[in-house]
Amino acid sequence: MSARERVAGGTANFIDERTGAAKWMKKTLTKVFPDHWSFMLGEIVMYSFVILLLSGTFLTFWFDPSMREVEYEGSYEPLNGIKMSAAYASALHISFDIRGGLLMRQIHHWAALIFMAAMVVHMMRVFFTGAFRKPRELNWIIGVALLTLGIVEGFLGYSLPDDLLSGTGIRIAEAIIQAIPVVGSYLSYFIFGGAFPGEMFIQRIYAVHILLIPGIMLALITAHLMLVWYQKHTQYPGPGRTEKNVVGYPLMPVYMAKAGGFFFIVFGVTAFLGAVAQINPIWIYGPYNPGQIGAGSQPDWYMGWLDGLVRAAPPIETHAFGVTISWNILIPGLIIPGIIFTLMAFYPFIEQWMTGDKREHHVLDRPRNNPNRTAIGAMSLTFTMVALINGGNDLLATHFDMSINQIMWFSRIGLIALPPLAFVITKRICLSLQRADREKVLHGRETGRLVMLPHGEFIEVHEPLSPEKAYALTAHEQLPPLEISGADSNGVANPQGIKGKLRARMSKASQEQIQKPTAKEMLELEDGHH
Amino acid sequence: MSEINMESNKEIAPLEDPGLPEHVHRKTDVDPLAAKKAERQVSILFSLSAVGTILFVYSYVWIPDDTLIFLPIFGTTNAHQLLLGLGLAMALFFIGMGAVHWAKTLMPDHEVVDYRKEQRSKNEDREAFVATVKDGAGQAGLGRRPLIKRTLALALGLVGVSPILLLRDLGPLPENDLNETNWKAGTRLVTDPGDRPIRPSDLEVGGVAQVQPEFPAGKVRHLDDIAQDSVLLIRIRPEEFNLDAERLSWTYEGIIAFSKICSHMGCAVALYEQTTKHLLCPCHQSTFDVTRAAKVIFGPAARPLPQLAITVDSEGYLVAKAPFNEAVGPSFWGRDSQ
Amino acid sequence: MGKSVNRFIGRISRYRRHRFAAPLMLLSGLLLAGVGFTVAQAATEEIQVVLSSDKASLIAEGKEIFARGCSSCHGLNAEGAGAAPSLIGVGAASVDFQVATGRMPMADMSQQAMRKEPLYDERETAALAAYVASLAPGPAAVSNEELAWERDGNTADGGELFRTNCAMCHNLAGQGGALTQGKYAPTVMGVEPKHIYEAMVTGPQAMPVFANSVLTHEEKLSIIKWIKFVETEPSLGGAALGRVGPVTEGAVGFILGLGILIGIAVWLTTKAR
Repeated sequence: MSARERVAGGTANFIDERTGAAKWMKKTLTKVFPDHWSFMLGEIVMYSFVILLLSGTFLTFWFDPSMREVEYEGSYEPLNGIKMSAAYASALHISFDIRGGLLMRQIHHWAALIFMAAMVVHMMRVFFTGAFRKPRELNWIIGVALLTLGIVEGFLGYSLPDDLLSGTGIRIAEAIIQAIPVVGSYLSYFIFGGAFPGEMFIQRIYAVHILLIPGIMLALITAHLMLVWYQKHTQYPGPGRTEKNVVGYPLMPVYMAKAGGFFFIVFGVTAFLGAVAQINPIWIYGPYNPGQIGAGSQPDWYMGWLDGLVRAAPPIETHAFGVTISWNILIPGLIIPGIIFTLMAFYPFIEQWMTGDKREHHVLDRPRNNPNRTAIGAMSLTFTMVALINGGNDLLATHFDMSINQIMWFSRIGLIALPPLAFVITKRICLSLQRADREKVLHGRETGRLVMLPHGEFIEVHEPLSPEKAYALTAHEQLPPLEISGADSNGVANPQGIKGKLRARMSKASQEQIQKPTAKEMLELEDGHH
Repeated sequence: MSEINMESNKEIAPLEDPGLPEHVHRKTDVDPLAAKKAERQVSILFSLSAVGTILFVYSYVWIPDDTLIFLPIFGTTNAHQLLLGLGLAMALFFIGMGAVHWAKTLMPDHEVVDYRKEQRSKNEDREAFVATVKDGAGQAGLGRRPLIKRTLALALGLVGVSPILLLRDLGPLPENDLNETNWKAGTRLVTDPGDRPIRPSDLEVGGVAQVQPEFPAGKVRHLDDIAQDSVLLIRIRPEEFNLDAERLSWTYEGIIAFSKICSHMGCAVALYEQTTKHLLCPCHQSTFDVTRAAKVIFGPAARPLPQLAITVDSEGYLVAKAPFNEAVGPSFWGRDSQ
Repeated sequence: MGKSVNRFIGRISRYRRHRFAAPLMLLSGLLLAGVGFTVAQAATEEIQVVLSSDKASLIAEGKEIFARGCSSCHGLNAEGAGAAPSLIGVGAASVDFQVATGRMPMADMSQQAMRKEPLYDERETAALAAYVASLAPGPAAVSNEELAWERDGNTADGGELFRTNCAMCHNLAGQGGALTQGKYAPTVMGVEPKHIYEAMVTGPQAMPVFANSVLTHEEKLSIIKWIKFVETEPSLGGAALGRVGPVTEGAVGFILGLGILIGIAVWLTTKAR
């Protein structure tokens, strides 16, 4: 036995004698993971989270979350002598007097942007491929919770330096809290420790930002990963892939190298952005002062859609019996996001109700093979994009020579008119793609080569698909719509009533598909020729 | 019946699963020279990472942190921070690239198949679970001892009240705070910043001034005060006003004062367009018409900006005639907005 | 001659269905139009003005230039007409600002005058200013030398003043901002100190007037000093991305950051050859 083997053996023995880990480790190291780039989006999120933890911890060593007023005396000349909070001064100190401080601040902020961006794209991948179906509904709900927590965490994070831009965001958040009926002003005074801005807010959100939310997120991420581990990852349809197997590569050595390597790549790219691209230059913004404001003030992109909704809201308030209810704040700020996120969280169950499909699914859907779901996804994306664009309407106006009033009207109408349009267009596109697939399976791939037959007819040569390709295009299931009759053969009305009728209608719409080639059609083809 | 008819699927699944495709060997699997080349490439990538670390250490120790450098696209930027970052990025990135390239070219790439089992437990296990729970619950005996059950519920319910009550001292009750500002009858208007009192003649037609209430000597102005007291002073020609008699009496020779805190969500509204006499809030684009007492003409704000009644004192400086007649800033439940 | 032209055309028409034919035609069409336009523009005759040096003749010159270049909108006696306001009492400062930054004569009657190459040189601008100043008293023009902003201004105070009085229109970094109905507050970067000063004093178009009694002369100098500092300030964190904040940062994070990572993920999962 070589020295290396002896040491390894000794260590393994030490651990196994105390934990019985050998059996479990063997199973773990041979676990199979399917390989597709779209499965790595979740990894980008996870690694960004780790980067945030690491860079964030670094920053906590110097950040002072106090709103105590100090007079700045530091390396940044244009702020010398200016009164500011200790939090802002410490953020300036990190940026200018700590070597690598600005780099780490920037890495932290870029990592946060990539974290949220990857989370959204990962969620879209899971949605469009139907990976949230049984048994993964719980994981989807955990994901929606992580998304919500991520948005809040990011907002609190960039508000910590207490600069003019983020302070304005806090003012707006406070207005939303204050607008809550009955308890709003009380909640606001409790959260801020008195009138806005008070002296307590930064240290309170500091505790939430570095301890509370990361702790909850860590627990949720662990649960999220454990479920993926235990339920095994989904896979795309293809030859050799069934609902009962997982085809891919083992954890050791391939996945350890690829996934571990990808962590360093994500970290490297984030560090690269932190090195070359300036982000959140708080020294230019100045310290927060409620009497000051800058044109073109926006929140970070993951809150931009909220800002866009608030801007587009009609100016409706109810003034009656000595009370004021601000619908213009509550609807875009709380009610609509609440409805959207609730629908999002429960979507797996809504879809189950629509299709009646309660089986386990481990093979993913190609988006075109579920036109209804893809169209719903496109619809919600369109809504979010219009809201996001409206959130930046003043910047669009300045840089593209447009009028904010016109953009606002476009958004107000667009938020209502464009999503249904996107739904219809996307559904039609999916159905066309299905039709194209069907043609490909039945008649082969169009090669574009023209051949003249001896009797003068021109035909285009079609290359038949390989069995693997043909299988991949037809492996999907096509469920028939639910049959919910109004009354049975004896004339007894269906107890489900209107709910049943609605369900039947939705099921019919959601199961609208182009029929896969049937066995009969394939046989017919083999007899004739095209 | 709302169950899926699974049988119909057989009809429309005509193609047999051809099974996993043939394994195609990579160049590095068959050609030892290619494998050696791949090995060299991986080593170069790992070495580049080491170079990155060296660059990082060099920048940290030997490049002063105020060194500037001019680069295309960046303009003048801080060389220390740039090289520190690039060094760190290189160090991390190439470890990853090396590991991935190693896995792709040299590690085995045979696809492996693992089998899934149904998530649902076997029936015997389920029955055993149910039996265990029922047994345990029976042993606890809650069903037979309703008094224990009820008092347990009482105790657990009450104990939850304590932590909620502990949060009471997070802050004071708002009481009438939101309805009051530091503006009283006779408070002088002073410039912000500078704290200089203002005469009407100081303000030209078409001009604005950022204004705060004068604080007595010794009293410090805090951000809390600024968040409710900030006022914008605007001068237009008196004939351009379109106000009722009462509001007109709150102006002085074409000078009108509004709360600078937006009635929508509290941003500072100071973007005054001289030509249109409109005030624009940059946060959500609410637009207020100065000639009509800051009436909302566009955007999500639902109320006009509160107007501060002004006049001049005996020395000719502008003063407030009275406090604001309504609460400033964003709306809240208890706001009497009639 | 005709025959060889025909033959030439016949030969090149062989390539009329070539895949580059259409883009090439488009490109050459654009090039021709652009070059033709530029040449035609440059060929317009320069206005020749006879210059003289004493004040009275400066005013007379100004009147002449005014009659030729400004009266069609502003009226023969600068009394204003239609959309063009009266210039009586606006002072030399207004004229210097508007004309020397190229805003006047206006390029088109759109939302507002935009900064462009000035049409009149320094002499002509001074003449116009003298003429308008002679109509009625108004704010006087200043020169860059008079404004001792480096000596008398304070950068830190200037920042505070800018954030309180200017940033709501011109953005925290002076990059400019949107006003209503397509109007905009332009960027304050790359503007001569005297024009910044004159703009504050005269309140051009939608900009309000900041009289010296409200925003003192020293405060204005501090603002100028701060603007000049920010203009030349190195972007300490890397590429400044336009200094407009989270919108561009989000776009860069998504497109560049996530884009690169997804690209690498695709490479990572493709089988090696």
